[in-house]
Amino acid sequence: MNLLLIVLVPFFGAPLAAAISRLGRLHAAWMAGAVALLATILLLPGLIEVFGGHVLIQRLSWIPTVGLDLVFRLDGLGLLFALLILGIGMLIILYARYYLSAQDDMGRFYAYLLLFMGSMLGIVLSENIIQLLIFWELTSLSSFLLISYWQHRHESRSGARMALTITGAGGLALLGGCLLLGKIAGSYELSVILESGDIIRAHSLYQPMLILILLGAFTKSAQFPFHFWLPNAMAAPTPVSAYLHSATMVKAGVFLLARLFPALAGTPEWFWLVSVTGLATLLAGAYIALWQHDLKGLLAYSTISHLGLITLLFGIGTPMAAVAAVFHIINHAIFKASLFMAAGIIDHEAGTRDMRRLRGLWQFMPHTALLAIVAAAAMAGVPLLNGFLSKEMFFTETWHHIDQPWGWLMPACATLAGIFAVAYSLRFIHNVFFDGAPLNLPKTPREPPRWMKIPVEVLVALCLLVGILPMLTVEPILSIAAGGVLQGPLPEYNLAIWHGFNPAFWMSIIALTGGVLVYFGFSAFLSLRTHAGEWPEMKAVYHYALTWLFFACQRFVRWLHIDSLQRMLFFLMLFAVSLGAASFLAGDAVLTGERDLLPIDGVSLVVALIMMAAAIGTVLLHRQRLVSLIMIGAVGLGVALIFAKFSAPDLALTQLSVEVVSIVLMLLALYFLPQYTPAESKPLQRGRDLLLAMLAGGGVTALAWAVLTRPYETIADYFMAHSVPDGGGHNVVNVILVDFRGYDTLGEITVMALAGLGIYAMLEHLQLKGPSHDSLKRPWNEDKHPLIMASLTRVLLPLALLVAVFILLRGHNLPGGGFIAGLITAVALITQYLANGVAWTQARLAINMHTVIATGLLLAALTGVASWLFGYPFLTSAFGHLDWPLVGEFELASAMAFDLGVYLVVVGVTLLIIVNLGMVHSDSASVKTRHKIR
Amino acid sequence: MEALISLIIGVLTTCGVYLLLRSRTFPVVLGLTLLSYAANLFLLAMGRLVIGAPPIIADEMSGYTDPLPQALVLTAIVISFAMTAFVIVLALKTYKELGNDHVDGIHKP
Repeated sequence: MNLLLIVLVPFFGAPLAAAISRLGRLHAAWMAGAVALLATILLLPGLIEVFGGHVLIQRLSWIPTVGLDLVFRLDGLGLLFALLILGIGMLIILYARYYLSAQDDMGRFYAYLLLFMGSMLGIVLSENIIQLLIFWELTSLSSFLLISYWQHRHESRSGARMALTITGAGGLALLGGCLLLGKIAGSYELSVILESGDIIRAHSLYQPMLILILLGAFTKSAQFPFHFWLPNAMAAPTPVSAYLHSATMVKAGVFLLARLFPALAGTPEWFWLVSVTGLATLLAGAYIALWQHDLKGLLAYSTISHLGLITLLFGIGTPMAAVAAVFHIINHAIFKASLFMAAGIIDHEAGTRDMRRLRGLWQFMPHTALLAIVAAAAMAGVPLLNGFLSKEMFFTETWHHIDQPWGWLMPACATLAGIFAVAYSLRFIHNVFFDGAPLNLPKTPREPPRWMKIPVEVLVALCLLVGILPMLTVEPILSIAAGGVLQGPLPEYNLAIWHGFNPAFWMSIIALTGGVLVYFGFSAFLSLRTHAGEWPEMKAVYHYALTWLFFACQRFVRWLHIDSLQRMLFFLMLFAVSLGAASFLAGDAVLTGERDLLPIDGVSLVVALIMMAAAIGTVLLHRQRLVSLIMIGAVGLGVALIFAKFSAPDLALTQLSVEVVSIVLMLLALYFLPQYTPAESKPLQRGRDLLLAMLAGGGVTALAWAVLTRPYETIADYFMAHSVPDGGGHNVVNVILVDFRGYDTLGEITVMALAGLGIYAMLEHLQLKGPSHDSLKRPWNEDKHPLIMASLTRVLLPLALLVAVFILLRGHNLPGGGFIAGLITAVALITQYLANGVAWTQARLAINMHTVIATGLLLAALTGVASWLFGYPFLTSAFGHLDWPLVGEFELASAMAFDLGVYLVVVGVTLLIIVNLGMVHSDSASVKTRHKIR
Repeated sequence: MEALISLIIGVLTTCGVYLLLRSRTFPVVLGLTLLSYAANLFLLAMGRLVIGAPPIIADEMSGYTDPLPQALVLTAIVISFAMTAFVIVLALKTYKELGNDHVDGIHKP
């Protein structure tokens, strides 16, 4: 899986680079360089394959149940981008090592940079578009980290947030688009999508899908009107601007256009949306760039303009335009990265990027100046440099729609943008390196360290090589990359410098002369302008929208969040009742079904009446807390009787024992709480609550009635049939708990253990002074442990424990099991605490309940793991053990061990809670420390 | 019998919801307990009411009630015990920390 490795190597390298920087500042740079080099070496076998005309697809199972695989793809387009990312990445790593100052944390910088490199490689090497999207988001995140690298600066933080907001919102749109695209094409894999272009374009969902995908691409590639995040991202360190915001990340958007070109392009919607956006961006970016005073600002708007040019080419949609677009992607990455690095050097050495102060630097740094001048000339499209070739191709392509009405507009706009491009390039050259002497610079500029210029030299050399010898240098990679875009035969093209006196030639001439005239005509005027001249001010729109959004969110939260539990519960209940009522009334279902009903017998009626009376009594007398607690105990016993009546002996036993423990617990808590509830609610509120409660109760009654009177199909037949042969138990409820649905039970006892630990945490260090008198002002009895009760419970203990063991052991075949046995044991032990006091009992039962809980959980989990040893899934049911009589026997034992784990957890948690609650009394503090109760 | 059980569930729900809307912690815990009783009975009722047919496999038995709701209810009982314990201890803790047992932690005159 070398493609996967290529992507993963930078991700693994990132933490290494961060860690190794502790040993020495520069180690991080070496580490990052080594990582990038390793990834490049890993790419080499693929490179040979792709040049041999193959498309590499490598697959790794990821989430097979939903049909998602990790699939990587290496074709010409992916290869070109991977080479750009790795090649320019290595140059940037070298450059940044000299750029970052002594105060900057190198480890963090290179770690972020490698994270970004891995994410970007992930985008260009993905075959699955969902996977592509994940890497897409990762580039947004790593870009956020890199822009905000100088965290102490306000503009870094706000610029980073703006970039994340815009690209993140675009990513969301892209997710929607990709899901639609996958639905239309029937697959999320590019090889299928690229083959089914006709189906996609004819589909009724084509338009929404296209708009969503284009939103993703345009936000990422800073297309108008989303372009404004890019100039603000210039707050990043210059190596980042050079790498992310000119050469690679902003190219992800146009990469996506290129990648999906065969599937999406060729419709009027595509043409209009993409080419108009591209044209607007091209013109606006070039125009605004001219008015910038910040060196990086000029380059940023120029980048926007060039991205617009590439987008426009894809919008034009001819195969030849796609070739030109790919060619310009290469050229722009090369010259713009070198320009950014040159700007960084100037900033580094002169201490400012303000072009009103930077003048005449040629005499201070001629070497850097020469490099910058060549690169800027390439940006302007001067012959013999790479920018000229692709610009010439672009000019030719703008004539493609000349016979349409208004068809002349496109070449005219392109020429105009060309004039601006020449003008701002000329400003970069003339203003910074000539035109007088520098005006009060913070420091005297000089040449940078030798190695800082190496990356710029390499890139400028490439500008020249590509510009002069295109067929020898760039043609092979261009042809396979363009082939990857088109997924078909390439058009005839000729990468020559001289094509004769064609329209494109004249457009170039007009752009060059016009640009020179514009610059020198306005240069005096330029430095006076204080405003960047962007209209409409998209940044202001963004800030306005953001402020408004925050405001709306605050209002919404304030409206939603009521600072009162009572009112929130009221609305919750009201909503639930209304929802139930509305769905019942909306349908035409009858309330009563046709199932035969059971007759009512006298005993049941009496029990039911007592229960209901006790429940109502609980409510009526709820201000007298002790009385209402006794009442609720009666209701609980009634529930146990109902369970016993309707064939649920396990439930009856559980309910009975839980009831005892709960009441003891609540009695203990009540001892510390006020004995009476004050009458606080007004009659109106009580009436309102009662009405809602009755509506809820009525609704539940109606629902229960509707269900109970209807026949139904059980899904339990499987459990009934397999309980004895496979689960080895006759009590089906218990077999479900410990075997069929053992995993659920494991979850339940984990929750229980967590609740116990949470209670322990709350009670630790909690000391309450219990009242010395009861609610009727009578003093509590001094005889805390009556003799008869103490003696009797001691006799009863072995008996009770015996019952518990019996219940535990028989649980698999008769009513019983871990839950019930655990509760019985807990009740038996709690009785000892009640009758004899904590000190006495704790001295005889010096067991740490945390250990008991942990042992129980571990036992249950290990029983599950044990099934792995026999080749079955975790906590497997005995299904398939049929052939093995001996294994059937084993299965019985394994379920018993699991049940024992349940038992231990229940005992541990219950005792942990009750004993610690008993210890809350301040008088018990000495007992607690003496016996180290935990 | 079905009507009786439906009525019991309804009464328990009514009492539970009413107590849930009270302003002090202890009645709210009681309300939660009543609601969990109602919910457990309701869950059991989903397997319909069957008398004298516990799901324990034996030769002489002719039919069984549905074991699945019972398994659900059994764990529900134990979990709701754990939750009740948690809430009541939380009530105790807030009473100690805030000096009153109002659900919003404030004394309303």
